[in-house]
Amino acid sequence: MSSKVRDIKFDFVKHRNKFFAISLALIVLGGLAIAIFGLNLGIDFSSGSRVDIQSDSTLTTEEVTKELEELGLEPESVTLAGGGEMAVAAFKDELNKDEVAEIKNQFTDLYEIEPSISTVSPDVAVDLAKNAFIAVAIASVGIILYVALRFEWLQGFAAIVALFHDAFFIIAVFSILQIEVNITFIAAVLTIVGYSINDTIVTFDRIRENMKFEKKIKTFDDVARVVNKSLVQTLARSINTVLTVVFAALALTIFGGEAIRPFAVALLIGLIAGTYSSIFIASQLWAVWKGKQLKKKKFAPVESEV
Amino acid sequence: MVKKGRIVAFFLIVLLLGGLIGTTVMGVTKEIKLGLDLQGGFEVLYEVTPAQEGQELSQDLLNSTVSALYKRINVLGVSEPRITIEGEDRIRVQLAGVKDQNQARELLSTQAELTFRTTDDKEQMSGADLKEGAAKVVFDNNQPVVQVTLKNPEKFANITREISQLPPPDNRLVIWLDYEEGDSYQEEVTKPADEQKFISDPAVRTVLSQNTVVISGPPFQLEEAENLKELLNAGSLPVQLEEIYSTSVGAQFGEQSLNKTVLAGFIGIGLIFLFMLFYYRLPGAIAVITLSVYIYLILVVFNWMNAVLTLPGIAALILGVGMAVDANIITYERIKEEIRSGKSIMSAFKAGGRRSFTTIFDANITTLIAAGVLFAYGTSSVKGFAVMLITSIVVSFLTAVWGSRILLGLWVKSRALNKKPGLFGVKESEIDEL
Repeated sequence: MSSKVRDIKFDFVKHRNKFFAISLALIVLGGLAIAIFGLNLGIDFSSGSRVDIQSDSTLTTEEVTKELEELGLEPESVTLAGGGEMAVAAFKDELNKDEVAEIKNQFTDLYEIEPSISTVSPDVAVDLAKNAFIAVAIASVGIILYVALRFEWLQGFAAIVALFHDAFFIIAVFSILQIEVNITFIAAVLTIVGYSINDTIVTFDRIRENMKFEKKIKTFDDVARVVNKSLVQTLARSINTVLTVVFAALALTIFGGEAIRPFAVALLIGLIAGTYSSIFIASQLWAVWKGKQLKKKKFAPVESEV
Repeated sequence: MVKKGRIVAFFLIVLLLGGLIGTTVMGVTKEIKLGLDLQGGFEVLYEVTPAQEGQELSQDLLNSTVSALYKRINVLGVSEPRITIEGEDRIRVQLAGVKDQNQARELLSTQAELTFRTTDDKEQMSGADLKEGAAKVVFDNNQPVVQVTLKNPEKFANITREISQLPPPDNRLVIWLDYEEGDSYQEEVTKPADEQKFISDPAVRTVLSQNTVVISGPPFQLEEAENLKELLNAGSLPVQLEEIYSTSVGAQFGEQSLNKTVLAGFIGIGLIFLFMLFYYRLPGAIAVITLSVYIYLILVVFNWMNAVLTLPGIAALILGVGMAVDANIITYERIKEEIRSGKSIMSAFKAGGRRSFTTIFDANITTLIAAGVLFAYGTSSVKGFAVMLITSIVVSFLTAVWGSRILLGLWVKSRALNKKPGLFGVKESEIDEL
């Protein structure tokens, strides 16, 4: 057992503090970004109305604003998208049924393409955000319980730390790039939660297996050795898997069209963060915690004798 | 000694699968129900309040509202309406592929409570006095009018007797649709005819004792008369509906999203296939076969479940491909590891398969937990995503673990691969000597 591929010697655990520092620095930066720029909340979370208008020819914001004003409506903002053939008008208030009908008629007559219109009342917006939060919380508890059952508590917690790390990253990047946060964004974050956990479990599974073969795990160094070995063994799988999923997410980002782009971008970021965290964060955290646990056990009987 | 029978069996299975998929895939894709984000349509979330004051909003009331809404939607000829009760006082209506969205929206939220009132707005008769389902469109001098049938002609005779004795202009019977507290005939009658809120206000000069009443409208267009008839026949809603969330997607928007996402999906999956073939060789080719079967099965299962494919659903499907690929990669990496440690192809295949199983199992279960929570707590599009993700995980587990193993097993057990680690992407030089 001493040759070739498995000889890639990289001491993941030794450099753990660097990884922790990198992640911590990025989290602080991300936190700052969120504090400064905030999130570009779509109407799903902020209430109001949104009108997507499309035409065969290039649109201007003035033109769209003028058409809307003719209907007696004042948009809060009008922005162009999709190479200028699409315009998005946002309203602070909910448009009522008749206003929606008027807009539809007006622009369908004008451009022969029926606009898409969404309206959300403040109550519903709050509910959506609340439900999303509850979903993440419940999913986390469920995952910790399952991992604790199949693996051990410490690994469950390490997996959840990695998970929040990844979810936070997506939110931070969305804040920095000011991409609109809507309901599909929540779906993306939750997918990453699932993927991130999947990725971490594969590594932990190997650690669990290798621990069985080790006769004596007494010190932190023993734990570090097992973790390093397991990470090297699963490295090819981790990289290949993330590559294939990134292919899919990239294709969605580039070719998928406007409606699905925020979702695809969130996936892309989350996938990369997820792989990073399961290789460089989750296992190392566990190693540190496990090392402390071993130390306690070692000294516990001595103390009781005193 | 190579057992050719197993290799023949492999190709037979592949041919069979290819034949099955090739001949039925078009039919399967045609049957898939597209969500409103992929074909246009709209979705409205209504907050429900009882029509009568003091009435409690019970589950029964919500249920009868839902069935009344279904009846109305039948008028529109939408093939797959979805109406769900959410929470305690909300109803979500999803209509995909509806042609006239404005008309549909109007038709849905109209309470359709017909009342007959005096000119000072006192209610004389209501929808409850009409025979159910008996409204029809008839023609009066080539002008479409709506005729309703009364349950009790005597009551109508009494009402008309009283009104006919009033001096003009108060001898009118005012017919309202959805009279709201505060509406006033005196106010409305001064407005131009097309802005008046009541339907019509015929003058009553004699006692009317027949059992049918004709609503002649503010002259109706034929379509308006038909709509009113359908509304009356579908029955009034026992509640008031207020839109608190709505989203409507133009048909062209939907079609564009569908085409682009499907194209992106093909490209993404194509790249994954190329990667698998290049990196894992023979097992990679088997992965490509099982992945194709996976996508086909997903569509078939989706049809069975009568589920609706939405934009996030397509994303979940593509993500599911990623998970299925992952299961393959975990297995193949494990087999490669065993080959490198010096095991024969046969025992490497067995050990790799056994050891990768628990990994794949635990990883899938944890993702399933996340997807299950999404399903329970998500609404509409998130729910659609969760349904697809759960289906994907289950089907990918079957095809990637079980399917791949059977197909690869045929090759391994044929012994054709013995001493050919290159077919697994393992170089001779990497193998340990035992």
